[in-house]
Amino acid sequence: MSIDISQFLDTFYEESFEGLDTMEAELLGLNAGEADPESINTIFRAAHSIKGGSGTFGLMNVADFTHVLETLLDEMRDGRRDVTQPAVDLMLTSVDVLREMLTALRNSEDIDTARVADVHDQLEALLKGDADAAEGAAVVAEGAAVEVDTPEVVKSSTRGWKIAFKPLAHLFKTGNDPVRIIKELSELGPIKAVADLSTVPEFDLLDPEECCLAWDIELEADVTEEQVNDVFAWVDEDCDLVIEAMVSDVVEEIAMPEAESAALPTLETVAEADLPKDESMPDAAPVSEEQAKVEQAKPVEVVANKQSGVAAKKPQAAESGSIRVGIDKVDALINMVGELVITQSMLNQLGEDFTMDRVQRLQDGLTELERHTRELQENVMQIRMLPISFSFNRFPRLVHDLSSKLNKKIELKMSGENTELDKTVMEKIGDPLVHLVRNSLDHGIESPEIRLEKGKPETGILHLNAYHQGGNIVIEITDDGAGLNTDRIREKAIEKNLIGKNDLLSEEKIHELIFAPGFSTANVVSDVSGRGVGMDVVKRNIRDLGGVVEVKSKQDVGSTFTIRLPLTLAILDGQLVRLGDETYIVPLVSIIESLQIKAESVSTIAGGAELYRLREEYLPIIRLHEIFEITPVNTELVNGLLVVVEGDGQQAGIFVDDLLGQQQVVIKSLETNYKKVEGLSGATILGDGTVALILDVAGLVTLSRERIKALKNQAAVA
Amino acid sequence: MPTILAVDDSASMRQMVTFTLKGAGFTVIDAVDGVDALAKAKTAKVDLVLTDVNMPRMDGISLIKELRALPNFKFTPILMLTTESGTGKKTEGKSAGATGWIVKPFNPAQLLATIKKVLG
Repeated sequence: MSIDISQFLDTFYEESFEGLDTMEAELLGLNAGEADPESINTIFRAAHSIKGGSGTFGLMNVADFTHVLETLLDEMRDGRRDVTQPAVDLMLTSVDVLREMLTALRNSEDIDTARVADVHDQLEALLKGDADAAEGAAVVAEGAAVEVDTPEVVKSSTRGWKIAFKPLAHLFKTGNDPVRIIKELSELGPIKAVADLSTVPEFDLLDPEECCLAWDIELEADVTEEQVNDVFAWVDEDCDLVIEAMVSDVVEEIAMPEAESAALPTLETVAEADLPKDESMPDAAPVSEEQAKVEQAKPVEVVANKQSGVAAKKPQAAESGSIRVGIDKVDALINMVGELVITQSMLNQLGEDFTMDRVQRLQDGLTELERHTRELQENVMQIRMLPISFSFNRFPRLVHDLSSKLNKKIELKMSGENTELDKTVMEKIGDPLVHLVRNSLDHGIESPEIRLEKGKPETGILHLNAYHQGGNIVIEITDDGAGLNTDRIREKAIEKNLIGKNDLLSEEKIHELIFAPGFSTANVVSDVSGRGVGMDVVKRNIRDLGGVVEVKSKQDVGSTFTIRLPLTLAILDGQLVRLGDETYIVPLVSIIESLQIKAESVSTIAGGAELYRLREEYLPIIRLHEIFEITPVNTELVNGLLVVVEGDGQQAGIFVDDLLGQQQVVIKSLETNYKKVEGLSGATILGDGTVALILDVAGLVTLSRERIKALKNQAAVA
Repeated sequence: MPTILAVDDSASMRQMVTFTLKGAGFTVIDAVDGVDALAKAKTAKVDLVLTDVNMPRMDGISLIKELRALPNFKFTPILMLTTESGTGKKTEGKSAGATGWIVKPFNPAQLLATIKKVLG
């Protein structure tokens, strides 16, 4: 029997990473000196699981490393060691090292052994009180043995062992069976067991739940006392046991080949026994004696170690990108599919002999089908939904590390961690979030001294919040720091030619400039937030996800960055619009209103760009047919409709021929199936089989602004 | 074939143990911690219990004590999965009523050999 252990590795990695996250979170919550025992216990348990698993699955270097960490935690758990800040910091580093090791192993990459050894030594030093940090680590490596050792230990010159085995009365209540023990002993070599019946009481006094037998056993085998002891290891406190060596007369006898020993003449074969036919116990030639069913077999080769083979196994490469789904979600799905099948068979039956008087039933059936399909869709989407805590969880550590690096005092608050969003969105929002948090820590929150001067509490607060709003998830990053410096941003923007010297901008518009490409106010590029990635990249990443980011800030009070994202990237609520022979889809979330165009509200500016006046605001009119170069039914604005949309924080009106229905559409990527097209975010297939393109509203707004600018410039040149 | 109740909070260990035992023909009921195991033990006929020691909610030692108090589990073999360093746990487990232990790390063959030995 051989089992490929590597098939369990994916699960092991997954749960280990979860364990490491737990350890990290708990370590960050520990207060040196007054550690919560429950926290220490949780950390210990996580480390313990990783150690146990890694040993079992042959990742000995991980097991070895975790062992030292576990020992340290064990001492803390028992109160033998104080929880000091350096210890906590070192354990946090160890968590990092373990994460790196496991990641490397999972991806079949090389482990940074120097770093592992370094941190390992530091742990050892802490454990040993810096002196001889050598021993200890080897303990786990020897691992492996079940209670039966391989019989290749030091040979003794004994002929065998004389064993007096007297189980205590309660032995059965430990689930142990003396017959099993004697049987196991017989696997070491031929035995002669004599039961002592003198202690058996009269039948009417006999308590069947108590053990009242004792045995004198002679084991003729060249094994160590330890091997004999091992057989009794499980019961050593549940019996009286005396083991004495039988002195050897003829030494050669011991060296007798195993095959012969099976038929040793000193034993009488009385009965067959039912030894399990396992490859580990071949050719058993059982012998039984008196009341005791005693069997013998060859010296046990038990299962001994495929350990090395296991360790050599290469872990399966790379992430398989699995997702954990709650049973309830899966059950709901199965339920839904069941309903769907019922409806389908109902419709089938209806279709077999359909007459017009059954049309009502057909309609009912179709309504039901629609409902089930929608529910199924919603439930399938649920599977991809994960709480945002998966993304938030990295921040306690980040804030911990950065605040000590920046010499700032920062408290991190998180709320709405259970708000769910699509796994893909979650993965992609991670980096922009980190960037915004770093930014708030670095540029937002002031140093304690400055805060005190301003009359603020010494400790700054960074608040991460998430909630659902409509079909969106909103993530807020709020700090009570210095806020954006409007004057400096303005100066900088003028210097970088982003705005004209005399442009009059509201405070909000000025704040928005920090997202403009090429804008960075930090005079010194720090390694905290100045990593060559600006806020424009953050904004672009968020836009690529179909989201927006905005900032609200007040000097010396703080800033709030708000990210709005669609819950999923796979499905979209769309408004179908007609333009010539084509159907386009406008995401419903970006539509503000649709209206009939009044000629008097349209004005044309220099260069021919058209604007529409709507409640004292001028919106650029986007003539889609010009951008996509198609022939519309109307070119006269008054004959068509204007769909007012907002993208990228700016409004515009899209000129279309007609509005069609609204429906949910499944987004197919243009990029993967064709190529990226400006102004389009994807495509979908409509009910009648035709392909409709989905408009990228933010992209269109930008596109139209550039057009207007270009037209203006042309006009100016002319 | 005998039924084994396998208790471990680690999913990978649970998978490995379950896979190994089922492969050898045993019926396996798995549980994620002591509380789960105790609930399942009350409604099933179990021939052997295999339990991890360190688990959240209810650890292996408490589980063993609770099981031994049930009439059906008075004589049922209960094996602990424990680490080499957990000598203290072995003693604790024994006094709680454990039959024996399997030392971690172990491989499927070792696990099967021990279980077959206990079940005879």
